[in-house]
Amino acid sequence: MSITSIEAIERSNGMGQAVLKEADAKIVALPAAKAQVVSLPQAAGKPLMARILPWLRPILQNVVPPLITVALILLFWQIAASGPQSSLPPPTKIWDEAKDLITEPFYWAGTQDIGLGWRILVSLQRVAIGFGLAAIAGVLVGALIGQSIWAMRGLDPVFQVLRTVPPLAWLPLSLAAFRDSQPSAIFVIFITAIWPVIINTAVGIRNIPQDYRNVAQVLRLNQVEFFFKIMVPSAAPYIFTGLRIGVGLSWLAIVAAEMLTGGVGIGFFIWDAWNSSRLSDIIVALIYIGVVGFILDRLVAFIGTVVTRGTVVN
Amino acid sequence: MSYLKIDHVDKSFQRGAATTEVLKDINLVIDKGEYVSIIGHSGCGKSTLLNIIAGLTPVSKGAVLLEDKEVSEPGPERAVVFQNHSLLPWLSVYDNVALAVNKVFGRTKSRAERHDWIMHNLDLVQMGHASDKRPAEISGGMKQRVGIARGLSMQPKILLLDEPFGALDALTRAHLQDSVMQIHAALGNTMIMITHDVDEAVLLSDRIVMMTNGPSARIGEVLQVDLARPRKRLELVSDRSYIAAREAVLKFLYERHRFVEAA
Repeated sequence: MSITSIEAIERSNGMGQAVLKEADAKIVALPAAKAQVVSLPQAAGKPLMARILPWLRPILQNVVPPLITVALILLFWQIAASGPQSSLPPPTKIWDEAKDLITEPFYWAGTQDIGLGWRILVSLQRVAIGFGLAAIAGVLVGALIGQSIWAMRGLDPVFQVLRTVPPLAWLPLSLAAFRDSQPSAIFVIFITAIWPVIINTAVGIRNIPQDYRNVAQVLRLNQVEFFFKIMVPSAAPYIFTGLRIGVGLSWLAIVAAEMLTGGVGIGFFIWDAWNSSRLSDIIVALIYIGVVGFILDRLVAFIGTVVTRGTVVN
Repeated sequence: MSYLKIDHVDKSFQRGAATTEVLKDINLVIDKGEYVSIIGHSGCGKSTLLNIIAGLTPVSKGAVLLEDKEVSEPGPERAVVFQNHSLLPWLSVYDNVALAVNKVFGRTKSRAERHDWIMHNLDLVQMGHASDKRPAEISGGMKQRVGIARGLSMQPKILLLDEPFGALDALTRAHLQDSVMQIHAALGNTMIMITHDVDEAVLLSDRIVMMTNGPSARIGEVLQVDLARPRKRLELVSDRSYIAAREAVLKFLYERHRFVEAA
């Protein structure tokens, strides 16, 4: 008891933050040790803790709960998948089998034997092209539909039907048209992501307050000036909602499209792993896809808040 | 020669088969430099009349002539100060005025001249200190000041004010009324103001146009306010011609043309 307490004091003085995190992580694994570990550093290293706690606390409050959740999931998974008849590998087995995929995302050993990071980048490149085109075309077409009542009457019913077509249903047509897997995959991304962009942009533009239109009329802004100075900033919150949905759908579609088109990419990697029964690799790839999708979503949301600064509160 | 002439203007709105006549046979001549208020109960079509002068609403019959040229579309020579300020929330105070100045004077003034002109107009409404603030960061009265600065910055032939102080508290309103009086005295703009406040109309105007209740609202009476300028609100409280003018407007609004639905 006395020895552990001295150790705790020394460690907390040296690097308080790390110790506290470690202590919290321990709580999950060893509930019995809780009282011991948490109470001791507080009592002993007060001046340092008092200085660190104010900014450490909010970080811990946000970091600890998801860590606990992940730990519980892993624990449950480990127990559930450890039986002799289990068809799926437990976390420990995944770590043994697919450690290299996790620890070395960017290794390069020949054209097909490359790290998951590279494959993700290849997929991201396809998404960037397809989604970028969808964003530009979607905002322009959405602006047209939002501005013109006749464009809306003519195009909206067609779009409402087309947008319900699942992404992969476009792939055969796309392959027939482009005769190559790369542009076909990009086209599938494009056609998947464009609908929410169009529809949200159109709604945003239909919702431009009459006051802003009056201001534009009094100033005699021309179409181009109106587009850039009133329409885009006014509809920006809606446009970014559409872009955010669009990027999410793109990421969903690319994996499916790559499974079918082959080549390099995270989708094909999963298909390949399935064909050679490397379940652990598939699970690691899933985690990669989830994390990247999350980052993409947050990235678009972040750009949105930067661009629309000040418009949310009128 | 009349400066602004509203000549036999009718306005009716059509919704399906139903036609609502809002304005009927409006005739009004306004001289250069005049401050004219249009007063009437809500729903009588005074905002419609202002929008017609602004060119935002087309007339059904008749015409609006500015310097003998027919007004058919909106333009910066008839700047509007909107009731709810209508500042663009994503632009700073400076950029809101700059949008107007760059559009109107982009060809005729240099960049430095335009900057000076923007700041001059903001200083005119005492908003120079807040030029880099966004509309969400300033009070309602300040927003309306910026709205007035934007209107003035277009150097309009006529400044149209649509209930400019309607949404403000009494103290802020008095401050802004004084500012507008000073600006009017200094620049000699022609101004047309919509209001439903009798004191405001008498204090600010050279003439008060009183409108009857709609539908088919007409100009009921036009009252000349012969009060010397500059006008001071405290001195006017006991001024006989001020009291008389006030009484005339009140009698028109509450005796002869009571607001039927509110009665």
